[in-house]
Amino acid sequence: MKHLLSCIKSYRVEAILAPLFKLLEASLELIVPLVVAAIVDHGIAEGDKGYIVGMCLLLVGFGIVGLAFSITAQYFAARAAVGACADLRTRLFRKLQSFSYTQIDEMGTSTMITRMTSDVNQVQTGVNMSLRLFLRSPFIVFGAMAMAFVVDVKAALVFVAVIPLLSVAVFAVMAACIPLYQKVQGKLDRVFLSTRENLAGVRVIRAFCKEESEQKEFELRNGELLAAQKRVGKIAALTNPLTYVLVNLAVIALVYVGALQVNAGALQQGDVIALYGYLSQILVELIKLANLIVTVTKAVSCEKRIERVLDTEGEPDVLCAEYSDAAPAAEGGAYLEFRHVTFSYAGGGAPALTDIHFQVRKGQTVGIIGGTGSGKTTLVNLLPRFYAATEGQVLLEGRDVRTMSATELRERIGIVPQKAVLFKGSIRSNLLWGREDAPEEALLSAVHTAQADDVLAAKGGLDGEIAQEGKNLSGGQRQRLTIARALVRDPEILILDDSASALDYATDARLRAALRETGRTVFIVSQRTASVLQADLILVLDDGKVVGMGSHEDLLRTCSVYREIYRSQFKEEEA
Amino acid sequence: MNAMKRTKTLKGIFRYLRPYTGYLLCTVFLALVTVLLTLAVPFLVGLAIDCILGAGEVDFARLGDLFLVIGGCIAVTALSQWLMSLCNNKIAYHVLADIRRDAFRKIEVLPLRYIDSRSYGEIASVVITDAEQFSDGLLLGFTQLFTGICTILGTLVIMLVLRFEIALVVFCITPVSLFAAKFIASHTYSMFKLQSETRAEQTAFIDEMVGNLKIVKAYTHEDENEETFAEINERLKKCSLRAIFYSSTTNPVTRFINSVVYAGVALVGAFTVIGTGGAFSVGYLSTFLSYANQYTKPFNEITEVITEFQNAVACASRLLALIGEEAQPSDEGNYVLKQVDGNIELSHVEFSYSPERRLIEDLNLSVTAGKRVAIVGPTGCGKTTIINLLMRFYDVLGGSICVEGHDIRSVTRHSLRAHYGMVLQETWLKRATVRENLCMGKPDCTEEEMIAAAKAAHAHSFIMRLPQGYDTVIGDEGALSQGQKQLLCIARIMLCLPPMLILDEATSSIDTRTELRVQDAFAKLMLGRTSFIVAHRLSTVRSADIILVMNAGKIIEQGTHEELLQKGGFYSELYHAQFAVPE
Repeated sequence: MKHLLSCIKSYRVEAILAPLFKLLEASLELIVPLVVAAIVDHGIAEGDKGYIVGMCLLLVGFGIVGLAFSITAQYFAARAAVGACADLRTRLFRKLQSFSYTQIDEMGTSTMITRMTSDVNQVQTGVNMSLRLFLRSPFIVFGAMAMAFVVDVKAALVFVAVIPLLSVAVFAVMAACIPLYQKVQGKLDRVFLSTRENLAGVRVIRAFCKEESEQKEFELRNGELLAAQKRVGKIAALTNPLTYVLVNLAVIALVYVGALQVNAGALQQGDVIALYGYLSQILVELIKLANLIVTVTKAVSCEKRIERVLDTEGEPDVLCAEYSDAAPAAEGGAYLEFRHVTFSYAGGGAPALTDIHFQVRKGQTVGIIGGTGSGKTTLVNLLPRFYAATEGQVLLEGRDVRTMSATELRERIGIVPQKAVLFKGSIRSNLLWGREDAPEEALLSAVHTAQADDVLAAKGGLDGEIAQEGKNLSGGQRQRLTIARALVRDPEILILDDSASALDYATDARLRAALRETGRTVFIVSQRTASVLQADLILVLDDGKVVGMGSHEDLLRTCSVYREIYRSQFKEEEA
Repeated sequence: MNAMKRTKTLKGIFRYLRPYTGYLLCTVFLALVTVLLTLAVPFLVGLAIDCILGAGEVDFARLGDLFLVIGGCIAVTALSQWLMSLCNNKIAYHVLADIRRDAFRKIEVLPLRYIDSRSYGEIASVVITDAEQFSDGLLLGFTQLFTGICTILGTLVIMLVLRFEIALVVFCITPVSLFAAKFIASHTYSMFKLQSETRAEQTAFIDEMVGNLKIVKAYTHEDENEETFAEINERLKKCSLRAIFYSSTTNPVTRFINSVVYAGVALVGAFTVIGTGGAFSVGYLSTFLSYANQYTKPFNEITEVITEFQNAVACASRLLALIGEEAQPSDEGNYVLKQVDGNIELSHVEFSYSPERRLIEDLNLSVTAGKRVAIVGPTGCGKTTIINLLMRFYDVLGGSICVEGHDIRSVTRHSLRAHYGMVLQETWLKRATVRENLCMGKPDCTEEEMIAAAKAAHAHSFIMRLPQGYDTVIGDEGALSQGQKQLLCIARIMLCLPPMLILDEATSSIDTRTELRVQDAFAKLMLGRTSFIVAHRLSTVRSADIILVMNAGKIIEQGTHEELLQKGGFYSELYHAQFAVPE
């Protein structure tokens, strides 16, 4: 609960005032019977009609004051609940954004999304209800008990006995329900995944005529969710009867004890009626509480799921402050260096990269080529430290990237990922992702370098609209815009992770020529030899190992894998 | 809110409730039992208290009998309360499941035009969040509505029997609270609607940014995102606060009206006591007051439910709007394609995504069985649109597409699509095991067939290296590279061997060495099959029987490689620019 509580803390005034006004209102409720007693004892007994009218007006007055109090309470409760949960959502969003790639892989996005939406909504409702009722109910319960003690100590012992029993019953039901509700939310995640998957994969699903089986699967998950909800519902449904039985058994006990006391002359009939009145008040409160218990229990279990995210340590900006065995910058002042780097994905078994060792000078173009799944993407992902090397070091200007701030690192290194993703908005808003304050000319020149002038023309300029995920663009158009986006950033090092695959050869060639003119260090990951041909250094990867390194000519002589790749394409191009 | 729309929504909700009429009746019956017994217990306790007159004047025998009766009442009440909750749960959760099922079914048949024009998060938010809020409202409604109504009716009868002029006071004033509740409800509906829309907007943003968290991090765009998020969040906070606060004033207002009722009863009652000279006793007055209280309490609860119901109705209207969305034209009675050889005829096809921008006009093409059609053209020229039309993801606006002489609009979608094998550049894999993904097109295939297909697509070796081989769970996100995913998509097609193929840059992410090998398999696959190939690579294009050259949505040239080169038009220009090896 600590995160929620600290969110509520910023609304502590509201969170205190809301129940306080509720209590004031409840106190008025406790006074009403006294006024009625006065009407009976004075008004009716003395036949004083004026007095009766006066007292009735007083009751209406109480009503007005009570109205003011309770509206105030509602306002503060709503403010505290909505405000605290808005903060909670912000925190959650910030936390999710701080997750490392490994954590993202492990958690999966659909559960992250349900936690941010459905779970937080439940918590909000819960907080709102709790502020309005959770103090009021104990107040009335214990108030009534205190009043009972005033009437008769022995009879009041019945209260002392039943109240702990009631608390145990209420809390036992809650305790049993919380883990079950968590399960419900887990099932909800699955239903959400199904829904989302069917939207994203709609073409493939329809192409394979899989609508029916997808539906069956959805219904299966939906059914599981239903079963889980019913299971928890069955237990939650116990609250009401349980409290009812306990309180009414207490009534019987009370009347019995009362009868004994009256029989012994220690108590009068009227006192028994008063005691019974207080017990009834407790019952009414408990029934209200029981109706809310589902809401609150749900809120608590959702809150736990949120806490689990918030308790996870995100990716620190700097992985480790100092790296003890960091040797001084290598001889010749290598700009960028991989020093015997080995990397395995978390839980992925065999290393994805083994003993990668090379140096790059500033301004060089590095080509990385290799088969599908040979580790090219993994290698470039180590540079901006999306993943940290398992063994060995990645050094930028002699500094281990682990000792550098992620922000700095990622500002200096621009990466164009394989999957060309654009965001809802305009072309301009997407390009500005690169650099917030980039001037118009910078955007246009980046577009020009990325060979995307025609995309701009087709979409009506920089303000052309882009749908979510860039769905209204073709693969090639998207790729060029993502390259432009990286160029706007004007990074020292630019990594193109197979990001020109959807471009035709001519456009690809023009793009490379334009990039060379900018004079920055460029990594080109590709499967086309043509794309890496003119690189200063070409790394040939095979199964996570470097099997060849050097210029095109060197490699043609020394590296059989490279020769094979080259031939496979050369033949095609020449044919 | 528009009254007609509201009535429509309510009608929609009732339609979902209808199958549970039996349970609804049970709930009503149980509510009646519960309320009657709940009202009886205080009466019985009153009788018990009457047995305790004073010191030495306690009738313990009668007291014991009464205790037995009370005990019985308690037991029955508790049981019926519990059963009622179970019924309510059953109704609310089943309706939720039903409505979700229908919403999902609708998603499966919605035209792609609808899905393409909306964000996934927005639609998903309707199916998940709105549905949930709806069922919460429904549950609360059932739990409190029936007991409330029964309590009102029960106490009303008792009061009328006791003293009808006082009952009249109660009867006349109390409905005011219902009017007040209705007034507030009708004025807060728009706030709830705004809240649910803003929430959907936020969900869409979360969906987009959290879904692409890796890109966000690569561009260190976290801070900007946080700003945008904060902006939406702030708006959501404002409109939530308004909706929640204004709607929550209902309860205090009705409680105030109840206190007026209470004062009224006290006044009229007291005067009656004085007027009748004690025939209407003080004891009666106090009973009356307690019943007046009992009577007005449910009004509070009901009004509270109305608030909750507002939100539920707003959510339900979005859900029902989705469910009521026009589905793609039905397949019913359409011809089931059988024995397709692969003759396809496009005549005078017209198509555009939006009326302002015409895309394809008067496209004619005749492909006989087994021919290979290559579609080339600069990126973004509309190649994918042709695929959308062939697969009937979108319907043509004019002209027709015929397969084996049947207009594809008169053929069932399943039978049409089942004859196509499609590999798209945008790979999509289900979150399921490799095996399930591969066997998507042919669920009843044997293990050998599957492995053979995987081997043909050169996917077998890397699948075997996955932690659990063919049983490894993969998904759209995760550790597979783009190329590996493409190989899986190809294997998927190799397994079902359809008579017509659509390959949209199917090998764009696969390295050329592997591709060369896959190509052999592809060549074998394409033999005798009509294929549409969108590609950049020359070898694929050259060997095509027909090359369609597209530019800006139109087919500008059509012919074989040699013919087009001789013609010296756009294609030859493209050819020289694209395929000349840059040395």
